[in-house]
Amino acid sequence: MAILKIIKNRLVKGIVDLRREELMPEIEALGKELKRVINRRFRGSFHLREVDTGSCGACESEIIATTNPIYDVQRFGVNFVASPKHADALLVTGPVSRNMLLALQKTYEAIPGEKFVITLGDCALNGGLFKDSYYTLGGVDKVLKVDLHIPGCPPTPTEIIKRLLSLLIAPGEI
Amino acid sequence: MNIREEFKNKYQIEPITVNTRLEDESYLTVKHEDFIPACLALHKLCHSPVMMMFAEDKRKTRSCYRLNTAFYAANTQHWYYICLDFPGADQEFPSVAKEIYSATLFEREIWEMFGIRPEGSPDLRRLRLHEEVWPEGYFPLRKDFTPPPATGRTGQEYNFIKGEGEGLFEVPVGPVHAGIIGPGHFHFTAAGEPIINLELRLGFTHRGVEKLMEGKTLTEALKLCECVSGDAAFAHSLACCSAAEKIFDLTVPARAKLIRAICLELERMYNHINDIGGIALDVGFSFASSFASVMKETILQLNDSISGNRYLKGVNVIGGVTKDINERSAAGLIGKLKTLNTDLKGLEEILFSSASFMDRVDSTGILRQKTAEDIGIIGLAGRASGLTLDLRTNTEPYRLAGFKPIVLGTGDALARLKIRLLEFKQSVQLINSFAGQLASGALASIPAGIKEDFALGAVEGWRGPVLYWLKLDSNQKIERCKITDPSFHNWEGLSYAVQGEIIPDFPLCNKSFDLSYSGNDL
Ligand code: SF4
Repeated sequence: MAILKIIKNRLVKGIVDLRREELMPEIEALGKELKRVINRRFRGSFHLREVDTGSCGACESEIIATTNPIYDVQRFGVNFVASPKHADALLVTGPVSRNMLLALQKTYEAIPGEKFVITLGDCALNGGLFKDSYYTLGGVDKVLKVDLHIPGCPPTPTEIIKRLLSLLIAPGEI
Repeated sequence: MNIREEFKNKYQIEPITVNTRLEDESYLTVKHEDFIPACLALHKLCHSPVMMMFAEDKRKTRSCYRLNTAFYAANTQHWYYICLDFPGADQEFPSVAKEIYSATLFEREIWEMFGIRPEGSPDLRRLRLHEEVWPEGYFPLRKDFTPPPATGRTGQEYNFIKGEGEGLFEVPVGPVHAGIIGPGHFHFTAAGEPIINLELRLGFTHRGVEKLMEGKTLTEALKLCECVSGDAAFAHSLACCSAAEKIFDLTVPARAKLIRAICLELERMYNHINDIGGIALDVGFSFASSFASVMKETILQLNDSISGNRYLKGVNVIGGVTKDINERSAAGLIGKLKTLNTDLKGLEEILFSSASFMDRVDSTGILRQKTAEDIGIIGLAGRASGLTLDLRTNTEPYRLAGFKPIVLGTGDALARLKIRLLEFKQSVQLINSFAGQLASGALASIPAGIKEDFALGAVEGWRGPVLYWLKLDSNQKIERCKITDPSFHNWEGLSYAVQGEIIPDFPLCNKSFDLSYSGNDL
């Protein structure tokens, strides 16, 4: 039954993917470029492990939004993975609550080989609104060397994709 | 009810003072020996759990701590507080948690933040200042707090409740989870497949929000509220604004009230659809989840188009709103909502016609009404278990729109899913009605004068009541701000709901509650 409904829905609505170029031309152009770079430098897949060190949750919401069918970053080769062992980079949100310090370090160490650290959201840059707190360390760079920051509170999915591209395109970053 | 009479005749309690300055709040200061009986009396009279319990450090001016315990009488929409002043040197107060379970977490919070001990409390473990990193003897919410010289590696550990017996094993999960989600530690004890106990350890996103609030101006505070729990940014800032508006005796213009209500419902909608998709994803139904995520994105873009922010940040100011909804954007909004409503019906059909999906959610993760009532579950999760509390009931502009809370009784994941579906459709109707009432008028009133006072702002966010208790000092800076997100009440509900379920059903149960880490941890 469910499958009939799904087919009906698809016939009525058409395939969202095929209308992407008209819906969000900016994303399409960025994505093509991103895919080209990822193909060249990471053999087709760039894997991120996300760690929340005390974010308010909106940054996570926008990261998840990049994977919805409208942006769908997976098709450009960007993937979010469950295990740090499978990751090329660490994506960190939040001002680093003291309670998360150990978990952040351990996750970083668990990523094999050379790795990127990407911070996302104003909190992760310098603690943002929480920088004067007794319980935050005030930014990820107090703990790890950061390669790229994606600014915003929270950054939009388009912004996230743009910044990822700028990181991967810049030569000599690794 | 006349609370003074009621207390005297029924319970032989005579409050020292009764402060009824505010229309919908009464503060009853009681004698030390009357404290517990008075709390119990209100608990019964109001049929309310402890909605909020918090301390104030008044040692500098009055050499005492003040303890406020709040109950809500839903039938009269009135908040009652039992207040107890006790000398700063005592550092002890009688534990309410011994009698009323819903006070437990609040007392643990007061103990770690103020270093005042609930005498006789069943549980004094720390909530947010983790034993592993925070040394003993430093209490952040005391006015004379100075940070410890060093933190980290204290050598202490948290005592999880241990199950013992043949064949029992423990499964620790977190704080970093597999998905893109907040951090928390879940400690399962399982006997074979079924979970016999789940202990939650949260606090990983603690950022010291309440301390940061102190000394801030209202404008600064408003910014911070929007970052307490990002997916409820609007409800949080609205609660903060309404507290401030009560302090300043401000009347919010009708137009602003409607715009606020529209935004509040939009926030409910994008979160509900997010969870509907999340529940589908957690049983492996990825089509439905992708479908829902497109709907969520549509609402976020809608938010952006009417307020300039996908999460409705920056809409609220003290006294009203900054963003207007003109006729054209209202028409656009209503058109979009119509499509979304049709989409939702399609999604609902897809979900409910899938036998394997229904098999997973039906009667999974049951939270019984009695349990929910006893542990003080509120909001959406409460309504799924038959509790009727919804702060929108009988308040404007909801009354005019004919609002009735949606209550189901089975308390399982399916009930929590259905409530979301029903509330989504209800929100569409409500927004239609609100948009239809938008008459021209001012967007905000300006606060005037200097007020050294306190008040509570209470808003039914999408998870449930978001409470801000605000107190201003003579410089118009914040002296104390107590924040309670419904997640603080409801996480406990999850640990009861999963008992007897198998660990693979945990993600589903968790998503059906979808509580906030950051709202809980502050
Ligand atoms: S940067 Fe903003 S949106 Fe992101 S976690 Fe911090 S407060 Fe939340």
